[in-house]
Amino acid sequence: MTEPLLKVRGLKIGATIYPPGERPRDIEIVHGVDFDLDGGKVLGLIGESGAGKSTIGLAAMAYGRGGVEIIGGEVWVNGRDVLKTRIGDVRRLRGGEVTYVSQSAAASFNPAKKIMEQVTEAAILQGKFSKKDAEARAIELFRKLGLPDPENIGNRYPHQVSGGQLQRCMTALALCPEPDLVVFDEPTTALDVTTQIDVLAAIKEAIRDTGVAALYITHDLAVVAQVSDHIMVLQQGSMVEYGTTDQIINNPQEEYTQALVSVRSIKHEEKKPTDNPLLKVEHITARYRGTDFDVLKDVNVELHPGQTLAIVGESGSGKSTLARVITGLLPPSDGTITFDSRTLTPDLPTRNLEDLRELQMIYQMADTAMNPRQTVGTIIGRPLEFYFNLRGKAKQERIQELLDEIELGDGFQDRYPAELSGGQKQRVCIARALAAKPKLIICDEVTSALDPLVADGILKLLLKLQKIEDVSYLFITHDLATVKAIADSIAVMYQGAVVRYGPKSQVLAPPFDDYTDLLLSSVPEMKLGWLEEVLEHRKMESAGN
Amino acid sequence: MRNIPVAALIGLFFTCLYFLMAIFAGLIAPYGMAEVVGDVWEPPSDQFLLGTDSIGRDLLTRLIYGGQTTIFIATMATILSFTTGSILGFFAAVSGGWIDQVLSRFVDLIMSIPSLIFALVVLSVMPTTMTILILLMGLLDSTRVYRLARAVAVDITVMDYVEAARLRGEKIGWIIFREILPNALSPLVAEMGLRFIFMVLFISTLSFLGLGVQPPLADWGGIVKENKEGINYGIAAALYPAFAIATLCISINLVADWILNRTTSLKGGRG
Amino acid sequence: MHPILKLIAQRVALGIMLLFAASILIFAGTMMLPGDVAQQILGQSATPESLANLRRELGLNEPPVSRYFSWLGGFLTGDLGTALTNGRDIAESLGSRLSNTLFLAFWAAVISVPLAIFLGLLAVRYKDRWPDKLISAVTLTTISIPEFMIGYVLIYWISIQLGWFSSVAIINDGMSLWQKLNAIAIPVMVLTLVVLAHMMRMTRAAILNVMQSAYIETAELKGMRMLSIIRKHAFPNAIAPIVNVVMLNLAYLVVGVVVVEVVFAYPGMGQYLVDHVSKRDVPVVQACGLIFAAVYIGLNLIADIVSILANPRLRHPK
Repeated sequence: MTEPLLKVRGLKIGATIYPPGERPRDIEIVHGVDFDLDGGKVLGLIGESGAGKSTIGLAAMAYGRGGVEIIGGEVWVNGRDVLKTRIGDVRRLRGGEVTYVSQSAAASFNPAKKIMEQVTEAAILQGKFSKKDAEARAIELFRKLGLPDPENIGNRYPHQVSGGQLQRCMTALALCPEPDLVVFDEPTTALDVTTQIDVLAAIKEAIRDTGVAALYITHDLAVVAQVSDHIMVLQQGSMVEYGTTDQIINNPQEEYTQALVSVRSIKHEEKKPTDNPLLKVEHITARYRGTDFDVLKDVNVELHPGQTLAIVGESGSGKSTLARVITGLLPPSDGTITFDSRTLTPDLPTRNLEDLRELQMIYQMADTAMNPRQTVGTIIGRPLEFYFNLRGKAKQERIQELLDEIELGDGFQDRYPAELSGGQKQRVCIARALAAKPKLIICDEVTSALDPLVADGILKLLLKLQKIEDVSYLFITHDLATVKAIADSIAVMYQGAVVRYGPKSQVLAPPFDDYTDLLLSSVPEMKLGWLEEVLEHRKMESAGN
Repeated sequence: MRNIPVAALIGLFFTCLYFLMAIFAGLIAPYGMAEVVGDVWEPPSDQFLLGTDSIGRDLLTRLIYGGQTTIFIATMATILSFTTGSILGFFAAVSGGWIDQVLSRFVDLIMSIPSLIFALVVLSVMPTTMTILILLMGLLDSTRVYRLARAVAVDITVMDYVEAARLRGEKIGWIIFREILPNALSPLVAEMGLRFIFMVLFISTLSFLGLGVQPPLADWGGIVKENKEGINYGIAAALYPAFAIATLCISINLVADWILNRTTSLKGGRG
Repeated sequence: MHPILKLIAQRVALGIMLLFAASILIFAGTMMLPGDVAQQILGQSATPESLANLRRELGLNEPPVSRYFSWLGGFLTGDLGTALTNGRDIAESLGSRLSNTLFLAFWAAVISVPLAIFLGLLAVRYKDRWPDKLISAVTLTTISIPEFMIGYVLIYWISIQLGWFSSVAIINDGMSLWQKLNAIAIPVMVLTLVVLAHMMRMTRAAILNVMQSAYIETAELKGMRMLSIIRKHAFPNAIAPIVNVVMLNLAYLVVGVVVVEVVFAYPGMGQYLVDHVSKRDVPVVQACGLIFAAVYIGLNLIADIVSILANPRLRHPK
């Protein structure tokens, strides 16, 4: 039997953490993980944030990031334990045998050097190629990865190419020295969904063509299912399940894996439009001060009481700007907003308290949406005293009621945001919005920063609260799966304009316009072979190129 | 207490010691402030613990009173610079627009001239009274506090929780005092220590140049000036006040360093 | 025009405007005195005739605006007026003093800049180990000590106890370079110590900031050695912040010079300024103040221009 390319045994990784107000202490973040990877195969590492997947990937290069340290176990690459070799040998390993593709190519490229120099650097340094050969190989890789103008793109500086292109350059950088193994660390997570699919396809093809083995790290099971042969599911530093991609996707054994596979299977019955919409956005055009470019162009949408309107689009589509216009943070240059049969004034300072109260907002990053120096009780209690003049016991009781409603329960009033998990923080933000008894809540990407299972919980909570409180949601997101789960009507935005708008059933049914087709088809599906299927019949180039 | 590092504890101890000595100078000092009690530059003895100065005053007494003057002026100037600088800085950050522009450009202008040079220019026509010194130092230095306070506040005002407060309809008072201030306090407190050090050095330098506190009033920089000729004869009298300045400043630096470190750990380690 | 040239032109214009505004500020600063400047300068015992004379000499009978412009016009043509105290031409007295001051500052910079960068790199290389901690402790101490104390400690120790160099630094044109250097040895040491601490701490911070970038990790994962990472990847990005640090501290040096010159009775601009401040010789103070401000603004301008030039995004626009 041949030795596997990468053999990991009992890998333990520790880190030093700095809890607020306490002494730093050491904790273990990976508790003994074993796996093998044969040459030319792809292993997907999947898990939520804090599962230790990046840390494990970097351990294959005998590297610990920041204060992270490998504290036990063995990592065998090409038949030697790289944790026990000398530093000179580790240098030959890194950049020669094992290379790395990070999540953010923009940060991982040196801004002061040309792309070509950085792509070929490791190959030349490791003595694999001469400068001339390395550059020829780089150009070949640029071509293979579908980069425009492969002959000359290497002469540019990193800031001169787009994010999706730079991510492909990073892949070329990793493949250039002909490594045996590439560690892909969330390579498509920071990209827009329509760009992601192209980069994903390019990576998959490059892996196949060069016959390199890969560790593919991601939090998105649907993505990893497209590229990997095997999948290992991790949870909090331990392995939950390991199997072939087919088995994990179609026949998951562990409860946790089943939950990951069936995530976003929320069913939501579409509600019919009423005669009297709660929010009417008419002919809204807006631009930021000091610019001469309309970020919103003649936007018209309606939202009915107790329903959800989803605004879908990629970064730069103007969807968040629309929220700013509705809240009054950015007065529009043209158009009107009618809320509850009255016209809203264009800018925030002139709105009356009732308008402010009935229109609440929940943010993407719950971390920055709560004052870190205020307790949960203060955060939720402030709207109560501000709008309803509730004090003392009445306020306490109402806060507890709200906490019960968001399923947090007792003992949270005196906690600070730093003591809450990501999902709990977002729940507190929801409670703060609810405290104002609003008619409309604007939800700006409220689940995008959360792990899939946690996001699912938040969506279910939002749907439940809608039933109880009869509140409407303006739901801004780039994620179509979320939209399918929660929306009654949908507006698809592209470059500042609404390109498709109507009830959910109508918007999501063919025939599609080109952009909606592209957007819909780009959402990774939890099935094998989806990537190939999609690429075969696409009508439009992705927006990122 | 157990979480305070040793260096910070030492700093805290000496800082408190100096302040107590300044407050109770009249009770501790063995002689009168300007009282000539011995010969010129007498060596240390039981009678004069640190010896006497250039005209025969007890050096220890001078040092204690000098500390009182120096610390008093530095404290008042720090308070002035701090209140002016941080209030204007927060105000500029929250208001934005032309108010911010005007204030910031004016501060740029003041800071384009080194403060010592600017102080010398003004002192060339102004009488050097204590009030003028405090006003001059405090206002000149408030530009630095302004910049820090504004920068910190700008970082905070872009946070979603401040936007949430605005959307709620909160008044500017609530936004400054309840949302921004609690989050800006730690870096500002640490900065306050550094500003105080700067003030001590500033007033000492001015007095040393003969343009600060005027004799017979004692202050540390002035004592150095009075006794500097002694150095040439190997008499160390001028070094004592300089030593006092250095230990006070190092102590406050240690405390400020600790506060700053605590702040960064509050933000989640070294991330 | 290349956008970078435009940016630099803007900065230079801004610097000139700032200098112009600073001249107004300095001029206004000497006008703030409530009451009569002439009376303040000559004291209570002055005769009415001498007061009137001084007023005429200071141009106090003219409106402030026209006084300002005639002062500024003189300044631009090299006419700084005459000193009130001894009636000598200010430009003449300043000439040799300015070159003396620059001589002192130059040698302090020649020693402190490379030393600070070297120590900064050393501290980064041995971050959190004893060389770093030692350097950090020593610099913290020197930051907390006023310049004049460092001066006297060095005089006490080197000049008096060891008897090596002179405790007063008097130079004149007749001296050879070696003699001059010998004379300014201790003042240069003092200035070096004064700026070294700030410069080294800021250099350390600047390099550490660069070293924490993700592209340094990329280089590490290419199997590069620490030294070549610093040389090839960290250094090109650290130039701008380091130049910034150096310029800031040279500006700081200009101020430090004032005090050091007084300590060592060095015949430079700083001592000249301090002398005339106590004599309330307004024209001299204005002239010196403006020259110091010009040097300060000029150094900051250079720092700005270097950071523009070093920014790849500006150098190679999309």
